[in-house]
Amino acid sequence: MNRTRTATGPSVDGLDARLVVDRGTFRLDVALAVAPGEVVALLGPNGAGKTTALRVLAGLTPLTDGHLRLDGTELDRMPPESRPVGVVFQDYLLFPHLTALDNVAFGPRCQGATKAEARAQAAEWLDRLGLAAHTGAKPRRLSGGQAQRVALARALATRPRLLLLDEPLAALDARTRLEVRARLRRHLADFEAVAVLVTHDPLDAMVLADRLVVVEHGRVVQEGTPADIARHPRTDYIARLVGLNLYRGEADGHGVRLADGPSLTTTEVLSGPVFVAFPPSAVTLHRERPTGSSARNVWRCEVAGMETHGDQIRADLTGELPLVADLTTVAAAELGLHPGAEVWATVKAAQTHAYPV
Amino acid sequence: MTLPTDKPRTAAGTLRPGSPRRRRVRTGVPLPLLIPALLGLAFLIVPLAALLVRTPWQSLPAQLTSPEVWQALKLSLICATLATGVSLVIGVPLAWLLARVDFPGRGLVRALVTLPLVLPPVVGGVALLMALGRNGIVGQWLDSWFGITLPFTTAGVVIAEAFVAMPFLVISVEGTLRAADPRYEEAAATLGASRFTAFRRVTLPLIAPGIAAGAVLAWARALGEFGATITFAGNFPGRTQTMPLAVYLALQSDPEAATALSLVLLAVSIVVLAGLRDRWMSAG
Repeated sequence: MNRTRTATGPSVDGLDARLVVDRGTFRLDVALAVAPGEVVALLGPNGAGKTTALRVLAGLTPLTDGHLRLDGTELDRMPPESRPVGVVFQDYLLFPHLTALDNVAFGPRCQGATKAEARAQAAEWLDRLGLAAHTGAKPRRLSGGQAQRVALARALATRPRLLLLDEPLAALDARTRLEVRARLRRHLADFEAVAVLVTHDPLDAMVLADRLVVVEHGRVVQEGTPADIARHPRTDYIARLVGLNLYRGEADGHGVRLADGPSLTTTEVLSGPVFVAFPPSAVTLHRERPTGSSARNVWRCEVAGMETHGDQIRADLTGELPLVADLTTVAAAELGLHPGAEVWATVKAAQTHAYPV
Repeated sequence: MTLPTDKPRTAAGTLRPGSPRRRRVRTGVPLPLLIPALLGLAFLIVPLAALLVRTPWQSLPAQLTSPEVWQALKLSLICATLATGVSLVIGVPLAWLLARVDFPGRGLVRALVTLPLVLPPVVGGVALLMALGRNGIVGQWLDSWFGITLPFTTAGVVIAEAFVAMPFLVISVEGTLRAADPRYEEAAATLGASRFTAFRRVTLPLIAPGIAAGAVLAWARALGEFGATITFAGNFPGRTQTMPLAVYLALQSDPEAATALSLVLLAVSIVVLAGLRDRWMSAG
């Protein structure tokens, strides 16, 4: 299986779409090309239009413009019930009056299978997803993780050529999430057709998807492999998601003059518009202006806020250069950090990373 | 651990002398509200109590088993049930249309559907005569093409009752549909269900309690229907004379029989109310 292949041009197999939805104040315009066997995550903040994109793919929201082709077939005028598309909804929407088995059998039944055939298929799917013991259970008796798998089985039972998952893990608590995420990854890896999932959680996106498409304000702002996006974020949103400080500026050799602030020194030699990124752990804070420090990037800042981040303290700084810094609890205590405190922040050039826009 | 024993002692020592006044302040109801409220309660209760007091309990078994009463009761039950059936068959799809399909003039249509709720039933009966009477705008065709005459027949009773009762069902079912999550229908669509299949296999089971409540309400309304029935279907014993009509007629000749018949209708009403209490009475 060719799971890392990225389909760029219009191909016959897989998904090829440009989704345009105009709602007056909000406009979604997203191009998507996904090969069979590939899992793509639409990642973006709330209100970015991810769910709208999913609804358009499923046929629940009409396209204003653009096109939608799946395996060479035009889908955009097809009603949702005729599309070879399966959807796992965010809150699953399992039919509460039907057992797990009948929920999964619902799709095959609608596709013309007899009751017995549909139930046999449903039992097989539930078995495959490790739910053989819960076929007779009504949705309200299932745990979150089980309900999620029933929803997945129900979507897969229609043998879709396009599987859509809307925030597949959002309804789960932290512990089940971990287990379900790993399971879901295996199931998605086995799925031979196109899978598109929508999430605002970067970890879900990076674990589950082969390729990320980052959507902000209805537009694609960046796409690439998880590793590529984590290393080279192009917007504040992604930088914050992957935990990096990100700036945009004009490079001239080792120096980068930022658009609205001071200069930064980097190890890369570049020219023209660039991004500069460094992790919060690369920032060192001082009470006094450091004199003997080898760091050339020194800024005067004020603490705007603090929160615990794992076993560290994450400080949100404003001033010459707005940035986020991680430090140990001991260091924070020694510095006497509190919101409003004045500090000096330094970053070693070696820990910054500059790349062209 | 000393708190439970402590508290009563404090209350006994310091609070008890003042507690009656305190209590009145807390739950006190001003007299200008309390008196009309009690009057209102009496106004609703006393007539029903009077009915019970004046019921001829000795002759009741004989009254209720008399052929006339049995005839009227049977006709009432059959017609109210048929009217409810008619309301279900055409009212539930109408409720679905109002709740789920966005069409121009939906507000007006909803107002028209609700109109029979507030329309004097006699007017409803006259209107039915104008539409379905032998010379009515629809009735004349029914008569000349199919030889069907509706007024002053048992079918006419069913129609009059359905006309008055169906809005109760439509309003109740539409409310339930609005409260039901339409995304279940979307989920059904993504699984390959047509809109009708989604309605039949997903929506209908989900709103069944609302439909049941609406049906009971419509049935009760149909059972008590008087004005539209007597106007459109007349008052022929055994054919169109339902219980309310029989009560009215009996009152003029045989008040004891009227009381007995009323008691039966009251009993039915109480049973209906008991059946609906979860839905309508727990709202408070």
